[in-house]
Amino acid sequence: MKEMSKIVKNITKLVYGFIIIFGFYVIVHGHLTPGGGFQGGAVVASAFALLLISYGQLEAKKLLKVDIFSLLESCGLTAFIVIAFLGLGTTFFYNFLANSGGWFGNAVTPGINPGDMNTAGVLPLMNMAVGLEVFAGLGIIVLLMAEGAEYTNKEGEHRNDR
Amino acid sequence: MKLMDHIPALIIAVPLLAAFLSPVVGKINKKVVGILAALALGFSLIFTIILAVKILSVGPQVYVFGAKSPSLTLPSGLKFPIRIIFQIDAMGIFMGLITALVSFLGAVYSLAFIDKNNGIDKYYSLLLLLAVSMFGMELTGDIFNFFVFLEIASMASVSLICYKGTERGEPVEAGFKYMVVSSISALMVLFAIGIFYGEYDVLNMAALASVIKYSQLDKIALGILVPVLAMKAGAVPMHMWTPDAYSEAPAPITMILVAASQASLYALFRVVFSLYNITLNTLVVGWIIIIFGLLSMFIGVTMAIIQKDIKRLMAYHAISQTGYMLLGVGVGLAVLANPIALPEYGITAMEGGIFHIMNHALYKGLLFLTAGALFYRTGTRDLDKMGGLAHSMKYTTIFFIIGAAAIAGLPPFNGFASKLLIYESVYRFNPLLSIIAMVVSILTLASFVKVFHSAFLGPQLPQFKEVKEVPQSMVLTMAVLSCLIIFFGLFPDLIVKNLVHPAVMSLIEQFKYTGIVLGGR
Repeated sequence: MKEMSKIVKNITKLVYGFIIIFGFYVIVHGHLTPGGGFQGGAVVASAFALLLISYGQLEAKKLLKVDIFSLLESCGLTAFIVIAFLGLGTTFFYNFLANSGGWFGNAVTPGINPGDMNTAGVLPLMNMAVGLEVFAGLGIIVLLMAEGAEYTNKEGEHRNDR
Repeated sequence: MKLMDHIPALIIAVPLLAAFLSPVVGKINKKVVGILAALALGFSLIFTIILAVKILSVGPQVYVFGAKSPSLTLPSGLKFPIRIIFQIDAMGIFMGLITALVSFLGAVYSLAFIDKNNGIDKYYSLLLLLAVSMFGMELTGDIFNFFVFLEIASMASVSLICYKGTERGEPVEAGFKYMVVSSISALMVLFAIGIFYGEYDVLNMAALASVIKYSQLDKIALGILVPVLAMKAGAVPMHMWTPDAYSEAPAPITMILVAASQASLYALFRVVFSLYNITLNTLVVGWIIIIFGLLSMFIGVTMAIIQKDIKRLMAYHAISQTGYMLLGVGVGLAVLANPIALPEYGITAMEGGIFHIMNHALYKGLLFLTAGALFYRTGTRDLDKMGGLAHSMKYTTIFFIIGAAAIAGLPPFNGFASKLLIYESVYRFNPLLSIIAMVVSILTLASFVKVFHSAFLGPQLPQFKEVKEVPQSMVLTMAVLSCLIIFFGLFPDLIVKNLVHPAVMSLIEQFKYTGIVLGGR
């Protein structure tokens, strides 16, 4: 994958931070607004895809590394299952933080309201874990697909030479 | 709550944690990943055994995820069974035991069998996920949850079948074929679940079973579920994926894949017996399953005889043996509504069919592992290129003889016990079916005699002069399986009375399954 024109590169530079922030917004507000860990993670990964397309594979690889993504992915998954384990006082996956008054522990007010971030117990934590897993996982997929495209390109050129 | 109460959840939670940790551990030390996976599955095996003892002595168990009770009670007093639950009866834990044993031994065998190249952490991660999904399919009491675990099983097994795909093209082809098959079947299962949900507004299997009416829509759902689950189990008209997938996957994975397709078989029995039970036209559906079984037995074995690839040959035998299970349970289903025939021979036929699931997992697992051992040392799966290996691989030869005798149904081994139960009872239902089953058994023996002769007998070949016995962990797993085969063959009574009979009864008596969640409604 070659790098694209200067216009595309500059617009990307301008925009990709906002895309990532928007993705994190969707992840963190997963328990209040539409979307959640998976959707937000996909948005973050789309920023990586944008970087990869506009800057080309070689340039983007300096920023995006499969190893780091792989580590983040495992961390997200492990965090998810550890939160599930913490509920073992009652049952596996029990929402032990909800309505406890502490962290994410406010009771939900019924009816129309502006939305309280500090509710829903372990759900926001699990959303974050899933978000981490999804953006890292999709990031890996995008990177590997770019590598695969490079590989098939080379094969094609090779055949043309013959 | 004590730790003991959480055992149903821990069975899947511990391997799941290990699956997610293994990429991290793999970064630090590649050798530890396999030991971590084997340990996690070992814990699962211990938990499963504890749970089995509890279920067989106390009764079925229910475990609720994320809440205290399986139902949601509205202020008006209305109760809805909406939680994600594990509902484990004797049949579920019987399958769970098979899964636990096979996946644990698969992980131990992999320690030496899978070379420590790049993808080792992913390999164990996927293996653990496959084991988790099989446990989930077998223990769950929620039909949508079953679909989720079915999908996890498909994805994990597709990637594992393709594990050797970086070197050759065939594993990728087999994996792609399996992916298409399992996507179709998963979508169809989802469609059937949609029908149930649209019709009755419940997804809990027990609640569904208590309201199901066998209306036109239910018939459509059954018509979708039976062939699709039979396809995942590898019954004959839909068996085209089995030989490819079984022969191209690494040997320990093939052993686990056999158990995974039996989990689909379990789901088929669960749908027919626990969901519909006598509401359906048992004679017609029973005969459909019997015909699936007959076709699988006969076509499977006749295709196996002509194979030259040892794992492909065994894969066709796996299809053929699946036929025995379908035959036994199909006969049980056909006489389910008949109060005279059911206790007379129906229950025995089902005991044979269900017992055969466990026996098949053991001896087919052992045979695939011996094939893996041959491949590990000789580097080929082609029977024409092997020969005289009994000179150098003594243990493997003995294990192969035990496995081959068990699959052919020779007396001191476990295959004989379950096949005899099937022959006797099916003969009283329809003598012709029993005769076909015996002929298939003889053909099985013939084809394994061929394998034994071409791989092990004869003079030592010059190209295999350097061949040694396989490493200890591989010998150990095969030895464990062989001991179990001999034990089950010597004391079939013990197993049938304590494990198989309760499993069959909890399939036949629908209220035993539904009652524990709904509380005698």
